[in-house]
Amino acid sequence: MSALDPVKGFGVTFGAMFKKVATEEYPEQVKAVAPRYHGRHVLNRHPDGLEKCIGCELCAWACPADAIYVEGADNTDDARYSPGERFAAVYQINYLRCIFCGLCIEACPTRSLTMTNEYELADDSRADLVFTKSDLLAPLLAGMEQPPHPMRLGETDTDYYVRAGRPAEEAS
Amino acid sequence: MGLEEKLPSGIVLTSVEKVVNWSRKSSLWPATFGLACCAIEMMASGGPRYDLGRFGMEVFRPSPRQADLMIVAGRVSQKMAPVVRQIYDQMPEPKWVIAMGVCASSGGMFNNYAIVQGVDHIVPVDMYLPGCPPRPEMLMDAILKLHDKIMDEPLGANAKRRELPGYAPRELVASSQRFTKEGKKAHRQALVKELMR
Repeated sequence: MSALDPVKGFGVTFGAMFKKVATEEYPEQVKAVAPRYHGRHVLNRHPDGLEKCIGCELCAWACPADAIYVEGADNTDDARYSPGERFAAVYQINYLRCIFCGLCIEACPTRSLTMTNEYELADDSRADLVFTKSDLLAPLLAGMEQPPHPMRLGETDTDYYVRAGRPAEEAS
Repeated sequence: MGLEEKLPSGIVLTSVEKVVNWSRKSSLWPATFGLACCAIEMMASGGPRYDLGRFGMEVFRPSPRQADLMIVAGRVSQKMAPVVRQIYDQMPEPKWVIAMGVCASSGGMFNNYAIVQGVDHIVPVDMYLPGCPPRPEMLMDAILKLHDKIMDEPLGANAKRRELPGYAPRELVASSQRFTKEGKKAHRQALVKELMR
């Protein structure tokens, strides 16, 4: 017990003033999340713009919250949205039900459905939080073309799904 | 609400409305009200790392009488529903509600007889926040979007302004865009334009 003991506690408070501030300045400086953070979904495209989704509904079956609704339809030679037989005519994710568990991503056989790092989803209407295909589809990058259009990268869907749109000799 | 709602339109100008709304949104006190795992994230938002105090709302009021904002954090069971409603009724006007997390917003993955399928069956919800649970940034994003909504709220006779042709409520912008230099500038310009009208 020394005479200084009663004021020692103030020293802790005083010292804290020179410590690094832990607060994140969120809206002004956004810190990056983990690379594999489960954020909003995205429906990917092949390099020529055709959709990777084949409308198989495996994501909807895997979803524990029943947040995904898919309606498949047949591709025709006049209107082709994805290589292969089928594509998703209707694709909806209800973000008021989705728990971002990622089971849909694991279920997807074509890596069509993946997740982004985007998380600012709050909205004031329930209807706007049911994302449709137009909200979920990845933007068209350079060299991509808005479907429907014929297959540009190969004759069959094997050229797309097995060789990822590259020529046969390069892929093997 | 109160007296300010009864004033004739000549007295309450748009600028007064903005000042009132600004003071309301700048000290939005939430009620201490957590129901499930979302409440843990809500508590984290109040802590030093995310610090809701930066938005004038670090004091989670233990009594609904002193609160303006109810953050329904978690799943609401049928048994809890009357309690939620009573807490809402005890809060003084003006009051706002955030449905935090998918359970409060729509029932989430608990699509069964025990859980209320969306808290908007019981109380009017101003902001739905998806996520299971939403990270503190998502909650702050929802709160900041709600701030913008509060700034747009009409006062008294000004409510008629909303019925005029060409009126459109301001669009909600993701906070990471809204609070960049350009986003702030665009917001300021929109505000000046509105005041000049």
